[in-house]
Amino acid sequence: MPTRIAPCFDSLRANNEPALIAYVTAGDPDPETTVEIVAALERGGADLIELGVPFSDPIADGPVIMRASERALAAGTTVEKVLDIAAQIRQRSQIPLVLFTYLNPVMRYGFDRLAARAKQVGIDGFLLTDLSVEEAGSFVDAVKSAGLDTVFLVAPTSTDHRLQLVAKYCSGFVYVVSRTGVTGEQSQVSASVAPLVERLRGFTDLPLGVGFGISTAAQAAQVGAVADGVVVGSSFVRAIESTPPADLFDTIERMARDLKRGAKAGRS
Amino acid sequence: MLSSMPDAGGHFGPYGGRYVPEVLMAPLDELEQAYRKVQADPDFQAELAGLLKNYAGRPTPLYYAKRLSEKLGGAKIYFKREDLLHTGAHKINNALGQALLARNMGKRRIIAETGAGQHGVATATACALLGLGCRVYMGEEDMRRQRLNVFRMRLLGAEVFGVTNGSRTLKDAISEAMRDWVTNVDNTYYLLGSALGAHPYPMMVRDFHRCIGDEAREQILLAEGRLPDAAIACVGGGSNAIGLFQAFIGDPGVHLIGVEAGGKGKATGEHAARFSGGAPGVLHGAYSYLLQDNDGQVALTHSVSAGLDYALIGPQHAYLHDQGRAEYVDCDDATALAAAVELSRVEGLIPALESAHAVAEAIARAPRLPGHVLLVNLSGRGDKDIDIYRENLKELDADSHSPMF
Repeated sequence: MPTRIAPCFDSLRANNEPALIAYVTAGDPDPETTVEIVAALERGGADLIELGVPFSDPIADGPVIMRASERALAAGTTVEKVLDIAAQIRQRSQIPLVLFTYLNPVMRYGFDRLAARAKQVGIDGFLLTDLSVEEAGSFVDAVKSAGLDTVFLVAPTSTDHRLQLVAKYCSGFVYVVSRTGVTGEQSQVSASVAPLVERLRGFTDLPLGVGFGISTAAQAAQVGAVADGVVVGSSFVRAIESTPPADLFDTIERMARDLKRGAKAGRS
Repeated sequence: MLSSMPDAGGHFGPYGGRYVPEVLMAPLDELEQAYRKVQADPDFQAELAGLLKNYAGRPTPLYYAKRLSEKLGGAKIYFKREDLLHTGAHKINNALGQALLARNMGKRRIIAETGAGQHGVATATACALLGLGCRVYMGEEDMRRQRLNVFRMRLLGAEVFGVTNGSRTLKDAISEAMRDWVTNVDNTYYLLGSALGAHPYPMMVRDFHRCIGDEAREQILLAEGRLPDAAIACVGGGSNAIGLFQAFIGDPGVHLIGVEAGGKGKATGEHAARFSGGAPGVLHGAYSYLLQDNDGQVALTHSVSAGLDYALIGPQHAYLHDQGRAEYVDCDDATALAAAVELSRVEGLIPALESAHAVAEAIARAPRLPGHVLLVNLSGRGDKDIDIYRENLKELDADSHSPMF
């Protein structure tokens, strides 16, 4: 039985529409607010949510998401609390949810135990930024047995051999890292994106979501023109950090609407 | 075979491996291939051997500590004198090896992390020697504790980049160096300073340090006509220890003893004793014993010695521990400081705070072991730690006439 991810991309594809994939760090600034932020993202047109589980040593993240992880941890966010947040989101929405984090908190919780709990609360898949496919055997087994998706990343440095290997372990979609570097906004979309997407299409029919450094509607249009999904993280997280609480949900909804409109414009 | 580890994927039993973002996977393959190539390249090996001999000062002596041994009245204690090397510690072995490798790979920009500053100084030195650009990441808390080494690096032409994230110590410096590497991987070589991180680093760093044990083995055979009963070294990431142990892994009669930082005492939670306080986990690219909380967040560590103040132990040590081939103990701050004072006064050797942990273990064991030979790696000298010794030995600083211990 497929998760919510494949049907989501199928229906978008039927409309010739790229997905807007939004990342937020769960528990930043606190668990209740995360639930409302996700609702605002969905109202604005986000199609899929990456829910970040904060980690103490986020080596793949730039300063914006690093600070969000620190805030979320300071607010007492644990894996268990992120599962609660997901359950609350799921009570109100059928938007696909992917847990996005580093390996150690997941390993500590236990692969089988977490996969079973994730299924129970309505999570659809996992993405662990520091888990290479070479080391992923038992993790992939646990997640697949629970009927959930495993999303892995490819990068501009990935050789063809690696693209093939990573695609083999992926389900749901493939996360395409747009450039070498950590998460964070950039003034331009990397020139690596189009050739990397093209290379990867030779190895998989899965939808491709492109992320890292995308923050404006114009950039979303550029990416939407070549990929199946546009991932935006740091600019939402920065807005969560800097927007007064009274304006936060409207701001997030408006940002999502602009980005989604931009992504769609890339197809026209 | 314990001595032929790791496997093709960089595993020591279940430990080690390659747990990094995908961006780094192909570059790590490339690094491993380049390393295997220079291993078999006689020109490279001759150049490295020449630098180790004429520039760094190898082979280092093996010194019989007669006064200390006689005072303790048990085992004979020998020190492998890595403290006599250029820049003051064993770290230069690995820094020279990797810097030459970087130059061979055509990488002109070197980045490194440092805790106490010894690896940073060694890297800055190797880069000055080879004309390579050098940036060293160092936690701001460590920069404060090790001001002298910060200036030494700057004098050598390196850029010291203060890290303000997290606990502002070694762990955060490594994270920041990895972020730099992920971003600039095309033109940058990451010169990692301990037997940690993703494959091939634990293997490569060990290999560049195995001269410590290889030399000591020959030297002790010459001095005593037999192998030592025990080989003792301090373990932060574990580079000096694995460099010593590797030569003896195949000798079951040699007891291998690693000494971790007990900090303020294990009951306080402020320590870096991974085997008694940690559980297997992943940090900075490797799977090994890790100090962490119940939710998988990396714990804050403490040691008076910045070089032992790290949450994960090198993966080969984890394997040697599980196999029962090596024993790991810990030594608290106060005991290490007392051992440093004892060694200074009885032998005229002021050890680095890290090495003082290994000295303390030898001092504790020797009286019970008459007829035994203990080989201790004196991995570094104490020049860099004089400020910390002064801070922690205030009575000694205030009154030169009263005995301290």
